[in-house]
Amino acid sequence: MNRCSREVSIVNELGLHARAAAKVAEIAGGAKSSVWILKNDQKVDAKSVIDILTLGCGKEAMITIQIERESDENILDDIVRLVESGFGE
Amino acid sequence: MKTENDSRQTILEGIGASPGICIGKAYLVDKEGVDVIKKYYISDDQLDNEKNRFKSAVKKAKDELHQIIEDIPDDLRENADILETHVVLLKDKMLYGRAIKTIEQDRVNAEWALKKVVAGLKKKFNRLPDPFFRERVADIAHVSDRILRSLAGVDKVKIKDIDKRVILVAEDLSPAETSQIQLEKIKGIVTDAGGVASHTGIIARTLEIPALLGLENATSVIQGDDLIIVDGTEGKLILSPTEQTLLEYEERIHEYEIQKAFLNRESHVSAKTKDGVVIKVMGNIELPEEVVSVKTYGGDGIGLYRTEFQYLARNNFPSEFELFDKYRDVVEVMAPQPVTIRTLDINGDKAVSYTTSHDETNPALGLRAIRYCLKKPDIFKTQLKAILRAAAFGNVRILFPMISCYDEVIEAKRMLDVAAQALEDEDRPYRRDIEIGIMMEVPSAVIIADILAKEVDFFSIGTNDLIQYSLAIDRVNRQVAHLYNPLHPSIIRMVKRVSDVAKENNIKVFMCGEMAAHPIHVPILLGLSIDELSMNPQSIPAVKSMIRSLDTKSSASFIDEVMEQKTSEDVMELTQRKYAKILAENVYFH
Repeated sequence: MNRCSREVSIVNELGLHARAAAKVAEIAGGAKSSVWILKNDQKVDAKSVIDILTLGCGKEAMITIQIERESDENILDDIVRLVESGFGE
Repeated sequence: MKTENDSRQTILEGIGASPGICIGKAYLVDKEGVDVIKKYYISDDQLDNEKNRFKSAVKKAKDELHQIIEDIPDDLRENADILETHVVLLKDKMLYGRAIKTIEQDRVNAEWALKKVVAGLKKKFNRLPDPFFRERVADIAHVSDRILRSLAGVDKVKIKDIDKRVILVAEDLSPAETSQIQLEKIKGIVTDAGGVASHTGIIARTLEIPALLGLENATSVIQGDDLIIVDGTEGKLILSPTEQTLLEYEERIHEYEIQKAFLNRESHVSAKTKDGVVIKVMGNIELPEEVVSVKTYGGDGIGLYRTEFQYLARNNFPSEFELFDKYRDVVEVMAPQPVTIRTLDINGDKAVSYTTSHDETNPALGLRAIRYCLKKPDIFKTQLKAILRAAAFGNVRILFPMISCYDEVIEAKRMLDVAAQALEDEDRPYRRDIEIGIMMEVPSAVIIADILAKEVDFFSIGTNDLIQYSLAIDRVNRQVAHLYNPLHPSIIRMVKRVSDVAKENNIKVFMCGEMAAHPIHVPILLGLSIDELSMNPQSIPAVKSMIRSLDTKSSASFIDEVMEQKTSEDVMELTQRKYAKILAENVYFH
């Protein structure tokens, strides 16, 4: 498996909404290099709440989190965990 | 040969979407059309300053937000969450980063840069299919407004408050935007986008102000306060005209004005009968921007705001926010005059193409209007909430269509309470104590008017459907269309019954069907004591003139005669005999 990208599905009721996106962006902000979120053919900056919101991810959407440097792997793990936990809601 | 060495005169070509000429100062409008933000260029040595000005404005906005969050009591924690998100958004790359980049690249002031960035984001969000995500654009707007407010030193002017007459120069004006503009203040409109058939063009023609559209680069070439000439007839814009050009155009304007001077002179005065009774004459609208027409033609409010349009030609149902946004536009522009919002009058499932529905052989008698809404409480509740929220911004009356029995009124009112309670729980501003009315358009409702009157604040007679249902005539069917007649003795008796019952129960009675739009019907309607007439905006001036040339006492005795007539033809003949002369002398003399 590619260590730089992980696929994960949105489990919480509201989807990847503003507050959830803020949590993602906060974690991604700690990365040394870029962090991306991909959905279908769209790619957005995980450090920007606004960009994440433009994905319009509802419940059950599949997204891929991608990092550019392996040193940011812990960031990747944290985001995946956050998404899987339904953003702690 | 003409020398133009010392002249900075520039001619731009565009599409003349509304004829006429105006000379004036340019007023650059941001994308919104609501808040006028000045655009100016920043010299290289001031660029860092400008960026810092932006950064400190964001910092100030952030501090303010933190302060607000701190002050929020524990039981309103949910609000704090939203504001926490706003704090994050303030520093978001897509907003903060891009605004700074725009200041740098375009060498423009911070306000303009921010607006440009936000406009881009709005476009992006508007394309999202899910309304929940689409509505997040409101959060971005809040945040950018907060930054704008803290960008000290530059006035944030509302078009409403413009105190001199100017020429609006904008990239584009959307329907909602145009409807918010107070057009008495606007001499002309110039936009980068648009064409003859665009919404802006239509509005400009209605208002009879020159408009030049499709200029592509007007907002970048023209700066605030530049002197410009707009020639909507020839499709030309002259920037920084020479003395001679100015003289030439002043003359042309003069000629044009003389031509226009005849129009609508007294339509803004209220319609008072000879014996001093004021009859409100209101406008029917379908699109928010038609408010402008109602104002232009001197309407005293909106007697019927049809709300179907927002449900048509789309693949999902409009969100509460979308509806609220449009309603608020209308309500704010008309305030303090009333806006009567009629709830959905169609079968929403049929309008919104993505839901499946069964075909009905007779849709006029089928599942539509209040019947549909009561069957789909979610869709109904969304609209009711939007109406109650808009009610906080002006004078709103709600009107339920196609009422045919008592239960429907009770149930609709209960739903209104449900919607109000939901807004209460969400802690949103709203107003519940608005006037509630029902359409009198189904014969059964007319017959039980005495029962229904106890439950509502007003009746509004919708003559179009009332005639169709009473006379059993399908208006679209050519074979029987000639039988459709508002002066049918049965219709006059029904209107009389509704009016009498309304008077007995001390509630008001309005008419919003086509019948009200014809000046020749006014003596009858006056005699039947209808309190308000509502019609297509263009008919308002003529109906007002007619009211002014009548008095209520003779109309009342005229009605006694009308009631003795046996056929529609008899009624028409009597009316003509008595009033054709007055009509010719007072209404159609120009």
